[in-house]
Amino acid sequence: MTAFTALLLRDMRLAVRIGGGALMGVLFFLIVVTLVPFAVGPDLAQLRRIGPAILWLGALLASLLTLDRLLAADHEDGSLDLLLMGTTPLELAVLAKAAAHWITSCLPLVIATPLLGLFLNLEPLAIGAVALTLLAGTPALTCIGLIGAALSVALRRGGLLLPVLVLPLTVPILIFGVAASNAAVAGPMSFGAPFMILCALTLGSLVLGPFAAAAALRHGLE
Amino acid sequence: MTLIDLANPTRFLALTARMLPWLAVATCATFAIGLYLVWFVAPDDYQQGATVKIMFIHVPNAWLAMAVWGLMSIASIGTLVWRHPLADVGAKAAAPIGAAFTFLALLTGSLWGRPMWGTYWVWDARLTSVLVLFLMYLGVMALWRTVDDPSRAARAAAILTLVGAINLPIIKFSVDWWNTLHQPASVFRPGGPTIDPSILTPLLVMALAFMLLFVTLHLAAMRNEILRRRVRTMWLMQAHAAS
Repeated sequence: MTAFTALLLRDMRLAVRIGGGALMGVLFFLIVVTLVPFAVGPDLAQLRRIGPAILWLGALLASLLTLDRLLAADHEDGSLDLLLMGTTPLELAVLAKAAAHWITSCLPLVIATPLLGLFLNLEPLAIGAVALTLLAGTPALTCIGLIGAALSVALRRGGLLLPVLVLPLTVPILIFGVAASNAAVAGPMSFGAPFMILCALTLGSLVLGPFAAAAALRHGLE
Repeated sequence: MTLIDLANPTRFLALTARMLPWLAVATCATFAIGLYLVWFVAPDDYQQGATVKIMFIHVPNAWLAMAVWGLMSIASIGTLVWRHPLADVGAKAAAPIGAAFTFLALLTGSLWGRPMWGTYWVWDARLTSVLVLFLMYLGVMALWRTVDDPSRAARAAAILTLVGAINLPIIKFSVDWWNTLHQPASVFRPGGPTIDPSILTPLLVMALAFMLLFVTLHLAAMRNEILRRRVRTMWLMQAHAAS
């Protein structure tokens, strides 16, 4: 078993056993989607129009919640120092942690999207489009969030610093995710163009995220 | 005295103490010339009247907002790669000034948009990406203040600055890539500027004036940061001696 696989399985086990696991993220997603009709009113036509945006915002916030524990827990018990000193490239190690975060936090959100789409009166084509764009875009959210988590890993009173750093960088992902979802349903624009850009953002962040996070860990924990 | 001497904080303080009065005078003089050109040479727009002259503040502020982030990025490379002693001082000092220029660009643009477009704000690509730049400036300033140790904060802020530098080409080309309400590029474009010299010259003079203003404020802020770190070191030594 390679170091990557070992780290991936360890993080997945930890995420599932501690802190409510995958269901906590899905529960938060459900609560956010429930709150929105209280705020904007229960008009079904309006909810259908803004449905993809609500689902994307809920997924963004739900994946953001678990990010700070991604590296802080390992920093507290010393395993982050072991990773820094070990022979596995640090970039690969943080990529394994990001993959574990995506599988245990973001993938359940994607699976929960069809049910929540029904709450928002979305038609099946829209539900499919939102789920597909979330599947393509949430790895980017995880990798960008990894950068923020690495920057704020050693802070005791970080507070809202992680969301403040991460959310401006996730704006393009949000824009293209919602644009692709809306284009699949209504638009004169094709679904393919924003979806391809979304996939490009994910692929780019899969490279940028681990390298920037590893650099931040190396420089920040000396 | 060579360029490398500037890396020495004491020499830097001595040199900037001599330079700053001259820079301040040059800034005021350039502003005086620029404002004269704006009010007495540049013509009124046939549709907008005199409100077009907000452009002479709005455009230099926008240029500087992006240029300051570029300067911070170069300083960040200096911190991470060459470990230049004053690079992080320069980056930390530049962030609030760049944030102020970005805010002024958004504010003057908004005030100009009300009579010209009929709205204070629109979520088009240029305005949105500049707003995201403003948020990132505030994020870097927050990161500096959250990490206690200045050298660790320097490296963390350097990485965040370099990651955020991706936004600069997005802002620059946003009016080309998307169909925006904000007008397309008129100065820095292939084929040269499309503005008449009677308007271009005052614009460039005002840009130079704002750039001199930035350099003056930046060097003054760097001096303050060096002195602030010396005070902190003295406090730490005093606390250590007392214990």
